[in-house]
Amino acid sequence: MSDITSKIDGWAPNPRAARRRRCDMLATLFGMAAAGILVLVLASILWTLLFNGLAGLSVAALIKPMGAPGSGGGLANAIIGSLIQTSIGLLIATPLGLGCGIYLAEYGSKLNRFASCVRFISDVLMSVPSILVGLFVYQVLVAPFGHFSGLAGSVALAILAVPIIVRTTEDMLRLVPVAMREAGAALGAPRWRVTVFLCLRAAKAGVTTGILLALARVSGETAPLLFTSLGNQNWSLSLNKPMASLPVTIYQYAGASYDDWVQLAWAGALLVTLGVLAINIAVRISARRG
Amino acid sequence: MTLAPTRQTETSPSSFEKEEKKSGWTDSFFHVLVGGSALVVLLVLGGLVLLMGYGGREAFHIFGLNFAFHNVWNPVTNEYGAWAPLFGTIISTLIGVMIAIPLAFGTAFWLTAIASPRVSSVIGMAVQLLAAVPSIIFGMWGFFTIVPFVARHIQPFLTHHFRHTPILAPLIHGAPFGTGLLTAGLVLAVMIAPFMTAVMRDVFSAVPPMLRESAYGLGATRWDVMRKIVVPWSRSGMIGAAVLGMGRALGETMAVTFVIGNVTDVGWSVFAPRSTVASLIALQFPESPAGSVRLSSLLALGFILMLLSFVSLALARTLRGDTK
Repeated sequence: MSDITSKIDGWAPNPRAARRRRCDMLATLFGMAAAGILVLVLASILWTLLFNGLAGLSVAALIKPMGAPGSGGGLANAIIGSLIQTSIGLLIATPLGLGCGIYLAEYGSKLNRFASCVRFISDVLMSVPSILVGLFVYQVLVAPFGHFSGLAGSVALAILAVPIIVRTTEDMLRLVPVAMREAGAALGAPRWRVTVFLCLRAAKAGVTTGILLALARVSGETAPLLFTSLGNQNWSLSLNKPMASLPVTIYQYAGASYDDWVQLAWAGALLVTLGVLAINIAVRISARRG
Repeated sequence: MTLAPTRQTETSPSSFEKEEKKSGWTDSFFHVLVGGSALVVLLVLGGLVLLMGYGGREAFHIFGLNFAFHNVWNPVTNEYGAWAPLFGTIISTLIGVMIAIPLAFGTAFWLTAIASPRVSSVIGMAVQLLAAVPSIIFGMWGFFTIVPFVARHIQPFLTHHFRHTPILAPLIHGAPFGTGLLTAGLVLAVMIAPFMTAVMRDVFSAVPPMLRESAYGLGATRWDVMRKIVVPWSRSGMIGAAVLGMGRALGETMAVTFVIGNVTDVGWSVFAPRSTVASLIALQFPESPAGSVRLSSLLALGFILMLLSFVSLALARTLRGDTK
């Protein structure tokens, strides 16, 4: 008896408790160190990006098209090309993704084999390496026509965006209470009206978030554009020809050994990152408000 | 569909029927429309999976199943094997994941158990945002920051001190280029760590507060709570986060292409330039003429990469235990 009391006596020095406290201290230190390292590294990335990007950013870089090294070129055609390809990609992906998401949420019960199949493959494609999408589009839209094109780039981006839009649309529509659907049906509204004007409207915020996140993901993608829109040194707004884009330009310029090209690459990297972060921050702020 | 006061109730059955029929037509049209878009998605995405294998059929035909384990990538003699890029992919991913997991775990531990709520929410938000930064930015940063650092400091230091250590010596052997497996692993780790941290933080915060509080009430330390309550409770979620991060690292192209050095070879040294499946595709695809064995081999590589990413996704699913 006395043996036990001496063991659990809180005042006496207890080797096990001391060991636990030591472990706790070590773990705390480890956690702080890990967090410190991660934050420092990420800060270093942002700092490098801001430092080099701001140095390379100028009005000339924004309004002049790309040019030979030393000729004082800019990024204008790459910026425009990126905007065109991403927006066309999103224009293709949004209706498709919405339609597919609606189908999965409204008609795709557990028993629907076709719907399970679509859901599965869309989930697989959400995590597929983006370079494979580039390979696919190359085989379908570039090789048969014999030339690279901005349209192929847009399609590649669309393929990357669709699974994200499908997933969020389906999830958001499933969150809409059944009572809402029943209320609509009780008023005599046909099913499509219930879906489009009640459910989709109720889920509008979430669905928009999904589309914006897809946009953010797609706008920084390089790999799928390498073999599809290829990049272009000259002004070209034709969707049927190779088209420049910011990420591909960064890729080409950063590896080059000309100082002005490297500087332009940093400026482009800063622009892309700012764009992606801005979309993400906007999504978060609106989500917090909504 | 305005509610006209008296007339509405007296609608004749025939017009009601007409309305019904019309809505039935639009309904089935809508069904076909959304079902059609689902079909398009299935065809396109399914076609992606199939076409990759189809494009690589020639390579598989010529080199057989040995393609995956053959350590030659020689465009001159037209002999191709996937072993070197596969080796590079697997080792660089392993290095990246092994660095990223402790970083992410420690940071998530700090964010959920140690940091004050305000600091935690700010840092947590920043980490989540950084998970969205495009991978090419990480590649560029690695190229201009990590590569010189490894070349000038890490490798000379290691070579100087461990040149004659039996096991370490072959691992650190090589000229100090700065590019190579270790650098690629480091960049991958930095790229996937924010993502893993964000997921782990969510998983850790999902542990019922009552469990934590009971443990603290019994006199447990923070680490006790972490080890005995939080980790067992969220084990599957943590593993899922790690495997999803691994999946991202496996198929990463841009971040790796900048820093891996791009030499198709296999060897022990983590400082020697290597190549990964994705980087090899990115670099050699533009130079491969249509219809060549090389192109077909690259597509076969793509097919293998797709299998790898599929396996990692399936693994994440099973380990996380959801069947959705």
